Order: sequence, then structure tokens, then C-alpha cells
Amino acid sequence: MLVVIILAFFLAMVMGFIYIERRGVGRFQVRLGPNRAGPQGILQPVADTIKLLVKEDIVPAKGDKWVHWLAPVITLIPVMMIFAVVPIHDGVGLIPDLDTGILYVIAISSLAVVGIFMAGWASNNKYSLIGAMRAVAQMVSYEIPLVLSIMGVILITGSLSMNQIVQAQSVPFILLQPLGFLIYFLSASAELNRTPFDLLEAESEIVAGYHTEYSGMKFALFYLAEYGHALAMSAIAATLFLGGWLGPGLPSFLWFVIKVLFIFFIIFWIRSTLPRLRVDQLMGFAWKCLFPLALINLFITGAEVIIWEALPWWLVIVNLFIATVLLVLWSKLFRSGREKIAV
Amino acid sequence: MALKTEPIVVNIGPQHPSTHGVFRMRVTFDGEVIVDLEPCLGYLHRGIEKLAETRTYTQNIPLTDRLDYLASMTNNLAYVLAVEKLAGVAVPERAEHLRVIMAELMRISSHLMAVGAFLNDCGAFMTPFLYMFREREKILDLFEMVCGQRLTYNYMRIGGVSHDIPDEFLPALRRFIAEMPGFIDEYDQLLASNEILLARAKGVGILPAKLAINTSASGPVLRASGVKWDIRQADPYSVYDRFDFGIPTGEVGDVYDRYWVRIQEMRQSVRILSQAVEQLPSGEVCASMPCLLRPPVGEAYGHIEGPKGELGFYLVSDNSIAPYRFHIRAPTLINLTALRDMTVGWKLADAIIIFGSIDICLAEVDR
Repeated sequence: MLVVIILAFFLAMVMGFIYIERRGVGRFQVRLGPNRAGPQGILQPVADTIKLLVKEDIVPAKGDKWVHWLAPVITLIPVMMIFAVVPIHDGVGLIPDLDTGILYVIAISSLAVVGIFMAGWASNNKYSLIGAMRAVAQMVSYEIPLVLSIMGVILITGSLSMNQIVQAQSVPFILLQPLGFLIYFLSASAELNRTPFDLLEAESEIVAGYHTEYSGMKFALFYLAEYGHALAMSAIAATLFLGGWLGPGLPSFLWFVIKVLFIFFIIFWIRSTLPRLRVDQLMGFAWKCLFPLALINLFITGAEVIIWEALPWWLVIVNLFIATVLLVLWSKLFRSGREKIAV
Repeated sequence: MALKTEPIVVNIGPQHPSTHGVFRMRVTFDGEVIVDLEPCLGYLHRGIEKLAETRTYTQNIPLTDRLDYLASMTNNLAYVLAVEKLAGVAVPERAEHLRVIMAELMRISSHLMAVGAFLNDCGAFMTPFLYMFREREKILDLFEMVCGQRLTYNYMRIGGVSHDIPDEFLPALRRFIAEMPGFIDEYDQLLASNEILLARAKGVGILPAKLAINTSASGPVLRASGVKWDIRQADPYSVYDRFDFGIPTGEVGDVYDRYWVRIQEMRQSVRILSQAVEQLPSGEVCASMPCLLRPPVGEAYGHIEGPKGELGFYLVSDNSIAPYRFHIRAPTLINLTALRDMTVGWKLADAIIIFGSIDICLAEVDR
């Protein structure tokens, strides 16, 4: 029963995300966005889904048929599996008390890259292949700062279980770990292939990247996986840094949804504002900027946890100060590559 | 042990989201780095030059609309200037001023499109593009007031312009002139201080001044390389010698400079517009012309500073009703010749923005 509820929640949220993003981006771009299907265009995701369902499914003649078929499935399933450990309402989830909760999330979410690479390879298309190559480089690189930024939270809580992390947040961890949150957020948007890190489906360069050759329901699965991943990353950010379901007044479930939507709003706000990075700048950003910052953050958090039994409240200000100093320092030191390569 | 690798050849285009039409680049990649690039043209060839030889001089004006459809007014202007030179027609003062107003509005509109499309190529997900469209819409409204059209205007005539402006045009234009500098500042503030844009565009795709001159590049592409060459001042046509305006030039000739030059040129165009509105005289808008123009035997070359570069029409007359030879010097085709030199050694993503920064219109390149 709970499985059905969680899956329904997942699908409903993804539908909602698609609608909110399309309307929201429409407003950012001085246009209306879809407003024809249903009141205020609320049925637009349904119409999209029906359109994709009835479309012809095309497999490239020289493509690898089985891998081509398997790729969207392998991309989508790990995304849905992440929700097994996310507590949605007052500690209720599928297995929110799992001892290795966060480890599980990290392990599962890094599987998605396999599906993307399979899609790029099986399509027998050069754009897809370039997209897949970029995907592997990018997702493997950003995995490291992502994990290191979560480590700070784990150090403070002393537990990997999602429920215990939420219960430990009398103060949301975004205040205790401002730098950690920022690194998590940036790496997560890179993992999600969202602008400015959307290199693997960079429309102006490689058409649609790894899913250039996908149509119909298989494309819909990729689409679902992309938004599902966005939902998962927002849900984890809300759980780890914003206090999950905790909040005064409203029912816990609602608090959770509000926090997830808030994170998602920032993601597509950035998407509709910034241009895209180049591939070497992207890798440089992960290794020269996020990675050392995440290590420093981990070191500082570790020191704090050792020194104080219970973290004093003024640490919030200290950490904010440290984060600001580090960011300013790095923005001065860090220079992304601009060099021409001799041929 | 070194891995065995081999370069891959990718056909970017003719159907691709950022080739601005049906342009095809045959690119050889070593990983993501470009080792070779070969532009393939001709997908939109319509034989306009030959077609023009079978039509009368007046009938050719709408043909020029179909060249660079983002700057139809300036195409009209270059063509009628060439015919007027050939036939020796004097144009009334008011018509000259109206032509300048239209040409400068067109330049702003074309540059808005160029900057918007360039940012789209940078991956900015349509937002800057649509903001540019918001302003371009106002210019199109102005054009619609004057000639009833929004894309192919067919407004210029040999000896003047087709209609006088309606009463509501000048107030609307004044409002536009008052608003536009604010909008340009807004764009510039949002984009020119964006770290990602700077990292993408600064130092990328440098076209040295010498190479720019050797490839006969013109327009913003040439000026971004630091060459101060603008036909409006180098060989003034119409009434441009009466206006006070600057010629912005870049320093290194990279993608960013091309973007910057376009932004600055929009500011200068607004300056010209406000002066032209001030000085606009009253009177006729078209000289009286014979129904069928038969220019004396001879040849003429009329050129203007179009939004994309030097747009020229070379006409040869044999005293018949149609030109004997009709040649177009299309600025974008000639600017494209430097594409290979600019892109080799850069990455795929750079090639797209370098190409975008040239600002081409395929209808004019292939014609």
C-alpha cells in the first residue's frame, strides 16, 4: 500500500514539476507558457503524456536495439528507488529508518549515468555519443563534491538514517552548513544536467545529446527520469538541509512539499537565467573549485564536531562567515580555462 | 600505453538548432577539439541574381527583401541607392531622412536578433532571445505603421520611399528613442557582468585585424577586430554626413568584442535616430519617376553599412527595363570565410558561439 502511495506521490509531483516549470519559465521569459489545456493549462502534462504515448517509437536502423530499449528503463528505475528512503510525512516513508540511508541514495543515484551512456552508445548517432561521453565525465566528477558535501551533515548527526537526520535538525542544517548546502546544490544541478551544467543535452551544440534518437514512450521515460531526478535531488536537499517534514503549523506532508518546490524553483530559476559552461570549464569547476571547497568544509565541520559536544548557536554565524570568505577567495583564485588548443 | 584514438567527422547542419538556417559545417573533431572545419553552402540558393535580370528595376525591390530577411529595409536601401546612382536620380530631403530612420531602426532590430541568437547559442535557454524579441516587436510595430508589413517591407522606392509616415509614427518613434537606452543598459548589465558569459566569450575565436582585412570582412566583425571602418563615415551615403555618431571598435576581435560592438552600435543608432527625428524636413517623399525606368548604359555600385556588414549591389545597365547584371555583395557570406581560421583549435561549444557571433542570415549567404 505504501509503495503505491509513494509511487503516486512521485508521479503526481513530477507532473506538477513539469507544469510549474513550464509556466514558471514562461513568466521568466516574458511569455505566458502553456495555458490552453484545462484551467490555467493545468492539464498540459497530461496532454503531453498522451501525445508521447501515441507517437511512433523509432529505433535507428544501425542502432543496438536491446540496449536502446533498456537504456530509458535503467535511467528511470534508480530514480524511483531513491524515494524508498525519503521520509515524506512525519517519519513515514517506505524504509526511512534504513541504517545506510544516505549511502543507499548515493549508490543508487550514481547508477543513472549507466543508462545515459547506454542510450548514447546504442543510438549510433554522433551527437548522442558526444552527449554520452560528456555525461560520464560530468556525472562521475560531480559525484565526489556531492558526497563530500553530504558528509558534513553526517558528521553533525552521527547517523546515515534519513529519519534521524531530520530529527536532529532543531536548527535546519542549511544554517550550520551553508557551504555544504551550496556545494550540494551546485553538484546536484550538475548531476541533474540542468543549466548551466546541461552539457549532455546542450541543444545549441549537440541537438538533444544522448536522447536525440529517442521518441514516443522511451523519450517520455527519459523525460520522467529527468524530472524524477530533479524531484529526488530536491527532496534530499530538503531532507538533509532544510529540515525535511519539520515545520510549525501546517501538516508535515505539506511542509515537505513546500521545501521541495522551493528548491526546484531555484533550479529552474537558474536554468532560465544563465548561459551554459564549456566542457573544460565544467570539469575545472568540479575539480578546482567544488572539490577543494568540499574538503575544507569537511575538515572544518569535523573539527567543530570534535571540539564541541553540542554545537553552540553562534557557530551559525561563524560558519556563514567562513563560507563567505572561502567563496570570495575562490572566486579570486579560480580561473576557468580559456586557452586555445594547438592543433 | 597510448590508446589508439581517431578523429570523428560530424556534419553540424543543415538541420541543427543553432546553424541559423540551413548552413552545414563539416567538422572534424579530436575528442571535443576541432581539427578541421569546412562550411558547406548552397542549401537555400534561389537564384535571386539571375531572377533579377528578368525583372524591371522596380520589381527587383521586393526581391531584395528576401535576401537578409532580418534587415529588409537596409537591403531595399542599398539596392535603390545603386539604381539611383545608375540613373542619376535626385532624392527629396524628407525621403533621405526617412530612409536613415528606417535603416537605423533596422540596424537595432537586426542587432537585437544577433545578440539574442548569440546568447541562445551560448545555452541561455531562450530567455535573452525572448527579451530581445520584446524590443524588436516595438520596431516591427513602427514598420507596420509605415508600410503595413512586419518582415518584408518593400518600402524604399527608386527616388524616395513608398509612403509618407502616418501621424502616429513620430510620437511612437520618440517614445521608442526615449525607452531604448534604458533597455540596452538593462541587457548590458545582465549579460556583460555575467561570469559564465565572460568565461565563454572572452578570448575565444579571435580574428586578428590583419586577417579580418585580408578576408574582406566588414561590419561588426571587422570593427570588433579594432579596424575603424564604417561606410556611413568612410563613404557617406544618403544624409549620414549630417549626423554626429561614433564608431565603436573592439580591441582583440574575440567573440565578446563582437557582442560588445553590437551593443554599442545600438546606442549609436539611437543617437542617429534622435537627430534624424529632430531634423526631419517636410515636403515630398518621392521624386517623380517614369513608369519604366531605363537607365543609361553603364554600371554602378551602391553600398551601405548594413547591420551585418558592407552590403553592396553592383548593377550593369544596357538601357533596357531590366538590369543586364545584378550582383550582390553579401556581407555575411564574406564574413563567413574567416570561420575556419577562427574555430580550429577551439571546442565544439566554442565553434557554435563563434559561428553565432558572425551573425549570418542564410537567405543572404546562399541567395
